[in-house]
Amino acid sequence: MGRSGAGRIIAIVVSLVITAATVGLLYIAFVDSANTPQTTFQAMSENGQKAQDVYTLIFILAGIVFAGVMALTLIFSLVYREREGGKALQLHGNSKLEVLWTFIPVLIVVVMAVPTFQVIAETTGAAPEESLTVQAVGHQWWFEFDYPELGVVTAGDLHLPVDRPVRVILQSKDVIHSFWVPQLSGKVDMVPGHDNQLWFTPNTPGEYLGQCAEFCGISHANMRFRVFVHTQADFDAWVQGQLAEAATPTEGLAAEGAQQFTLSGCIGCHTVKGNALAMGVVGPNLTHFASRTRLAGGMAENNEAELRRWLSNPPAMKPGSIMPNLNLSPEAIDKLVAYLQTLQ
Amino acid sequence: MATAVGTLSHTEDRSRIWEWMTTVDHKKIAALYGVTGFIFFLIGGIEATLVRTQLAVPNGNVIDADLFNQLFTTHALTMIFLAIMPMGASFFNYLIPLQIGARDVAFPRLNALGYWTYLTGAVMLTSSFFLGGAPNGGWFAYAPLTSLEYAAGKNLDFYTVSLLILGVSSLMGSLNFAVTIINMRAPGMTMMRLPVYMWMTLVVSFLLILSLPIITVALVQLYFDRNFGTNFFTPDTGGDPILWQHIFWLFGHPEVYVLILPSMGIVSEVLPVMSRKPLFGYSAIVFAGAAIGVLGFAVWSHHMFTTGLGTVPQIVFSASTMAIGIPTGIKIFNWLGTMYGGNIRFTTATYFSVAFIFLFTIGGISGVMHASPAVDGQHQDSYFVVAHIHYVLFGGAIMGIFSGIFYWFPKMTGRFLDETSGKWTFWLLFVGMNLTFFPMHFLGLAGMPRRIYTYDEGLGWETWNLVATVGVYVIIVGVSIFIVNFFRTMRQPQTAGDNPWDAATLEWATSSPPPEHNFDVVPEVHDRDPLWYNRDHGIAPAAKPEHLHIHLPPPSYMPLVVAMGVALLGIGGLSHVAVAVLGVAVVVYGIWGWALEPTE
Repeated sequence: MGRSGAGRIIAIVVSLVITAATVGLLYIAFVDSANTPQTTFQAMSENGQKAQDVYTLIFILAGIVFAGVMALTLIFSLVYREREGGKALQLHGNSKLEVLWTFIPVLIVVVMAVPTFQVIAETTGAAPEESLTVQAVGHQWWFEFDYPELGVVTAGDLHLPVDRPVRVILQSKDVIHSFWVPQLSGKVDMVPGHDNQLWFTPNTPGEYLGQCAEFCGISHANMRFRVFVHTQADFDAWVQGQLAEAATPTEGLAAEGAQQFTLSGCIGCHTVKGNALAMGVVGPNLTHFASRTRLAGGMAENNEAELRRWLSNPPAMKPGSIMPNLNLSPEAIDKLVAYLQTLQ
Repeated sequence: MATAVGTLSHTEDRSRIWEWMTTVDHKKIAALYGVTGFIFFLIGGIEATLVRTQLAVPNGNVIDADLFNQLFTTHALTMIFLAIMPMGASFFNYLIPLQIGARDVAFPRLNALGYWTYLTGAVMLTSSFFLGGAPNGGWFAYAPLTSLEYAAGKNLDFYTVSLLILGVSSLMGSLNFAVTIINMRAPGMTMMRLPVYMWMTLVVSFLLILSLPIITVALVQLYFDRNFGTNFFTPDTGGDPILWQHIFWLFGHPEVYVLILPSMGIVSEVLPVMSRKPLFGYSAIVFAGAAIGVLGFAVWSHHMFTTGLGTVPQIVFSASTMAIGIPTGIKIFNWLGTMYGGNIRFTTATYFSVAFIFLFTIGGISGVMHASPAVDGQHQDSYFVVAHIHYVLFGGAIMGIFSGIFYWFPKMTGRFLDETSGKWTFWLLFVGMNLTFFPMHFLGLAGMPRRIYTYDEGLGWETWNLVATVGVYVIIVGVSIFIVNFFRTMRQPQTAGDNPWDAATLEWATSSPPPEHNFDVVPEVHDRDPLWYNRDHGIAPAAKPEHLHIHLPPPSYMPLVVAMGVALLGIGGLSHVAVAVLGVAVVVYGIWGWALEPTE
């Protein structure tokens, strides 16, 4: 019948201490991981907060079950460890206990299910009427963002106003991608041939990291984006800037760059509004390229050094890149960089 | 061994190899499955080690993006189809006839064919690394990334063809196992006296019989899309990529239970014997196992919560998925109930089984967590899910398999694996797997997606990725010690005796290792724990009859011929139709010869 008296008490205390210490350490590590830049546990939107409340509840339940099973496994291992002359209790089962421990998981599941279903019903339906509409289009391996109501097209950086619901229509030009900004919303896939929808209301201005979450080929790891949540006034100013057409520079290196942009064939794949020759739609629209924070599908900062690295050999920087190595000369790169940096 | 007589050794070795190639003895086939499965477990481990080494630090430069994608894809395929399932099949093969008191499985030659087709598919899948590139679209091979447009080259054809062949192998095995368990039980062994391991085998067999045809259809469709221009899954021409996901997971989810239920069965055998008391709640464990099997077919869309299913399907599949937590919880409580009040021998097998309860529970808990679509929106395709599946498959399936190896090794070989070395293996695997996989929960929480070959610094992912990679090397040490243990043990004398653990089931009623015909006299069963019943009621084992007239099926090389035909068919599917036609001819010849083979 196992250890008795002091031995049993020591075994139980030791088990409980080990379990409590483990749970404590895990809790510290969990909190630490929740305080990271791409955290899934610091919601900054209303729908995100609702989901996170369910997440928190489920985490607590999970912690209780974990601690319970760990403690029991340890206690039984120590208390019923083989002893000289020990006898095992010859039990075949116990119907009352079976009913009890069928009821325990049922109870846990019900406590999880009710708020889950509520949140799903509230957050997955149609977006509110007053929502801002954004079309997010997945490409191998970059994100395009269109604002059909505003006439703005951009890539890599998604700008949103605070406290206004946003309806994101999710599409893909090639394979399945997934739109995921952990702090604003759970992910929803971008499936070619299906228009998926997602809506949320960002409630805090700031910069949020996003990343493609569905394996989409060789450069899946490099398909990232950022979301900038602005005050309404800042957002309006950003929209005004994006609506302007790009002026083609007329003098200096930038003017030569504009010509180079045509000569090197960039116009075949990229649009620059204001440059009548540049009408391509394979790659990102570059009209306001210089106003973006990232380039190459969000994998690198948009600065001169990274832009040079990218132009000199795109597939070397982003494996599989649809933009080929154009074997540009250093002079051509100088010109293109000068031109692209005028596209504010 | 024939080493003493130099001139004879060559021919004797050759005839030994021939004996293994033509064997239809379930115990030898089990050994083939077990050793081959373990070798592929090592290969899958090497693949994982490369993946983890690449991810040890941000912007790692160990392997390139394409090789990374091939490696994480084949790691999954290898571990699931070439390692865990075959190691399971090895135990099934070995134990079904012995635990139910039969002389062999129902269809011994089909059993041999199952092994040889498995070997064919396994070699074919792995050879793709050297023949232009291994599958690189994930083990789930989501359309349209797998279409010719986005995946030129033969990588994905190796995927479809080898998986089709492996499916044929598993289907033959499961039919054989189900028929054997249902029809060939010893007198007195009613269904509710079957060892729990046999129940789990039966449930797994039915899961495979029902789910393999589904993936077979999907694979044929994918093969046709890629090779004959059909449009099942390509959206541009009216196909539907979501259709692939439904079909794949309708197979893929039951497959998860195919991997874990056998280990649940092993734990249910080891714990009572080592605790020296009957299994707590036999019926509850059996029915819970069957319930998990049935429910396993009703939850597939929880792999698709993020595909835009809509509100109602999300709620329905969330409810059915959470419901699986109930029978799983019942099992965990009953295992703990089995330990309660015991006089538990902590052998290596016990350590692995007790660890199974704890580690599998962690995987079970995280599974119930992402049954909630609200949580799954964050978990799906993040490292949290990687942690979850590895707690189920490593903490569950693999720990169970190691428990089974240490428990049944004396029966299979007549020798005990060294216990001291075994405990080293246990602790290294236990610590190593927790170091590797627990931090993945933190990585998932910090927003790290799965299947990325690189990541930037500054995202808070550095520490835990490094810890996870260190954990893999700890596991490697543990597995290496086990391999040394195995070879050293095989050189020891056979001293185990018939029933060294004082176990209750029929396999311990015969000698260790058992004779080719298993039992001199087929035992009669009076109780769920037959040997304990006999012990407590003073029933002596039946006397060995003076003359043994036992009919055993003769060896046959026809299974090997048919498997070679299947191999040619597969090679034809990857190269030229003429080779496939030749393959069909060989298969037909093999089956013809099989049918006309004398049975005496």
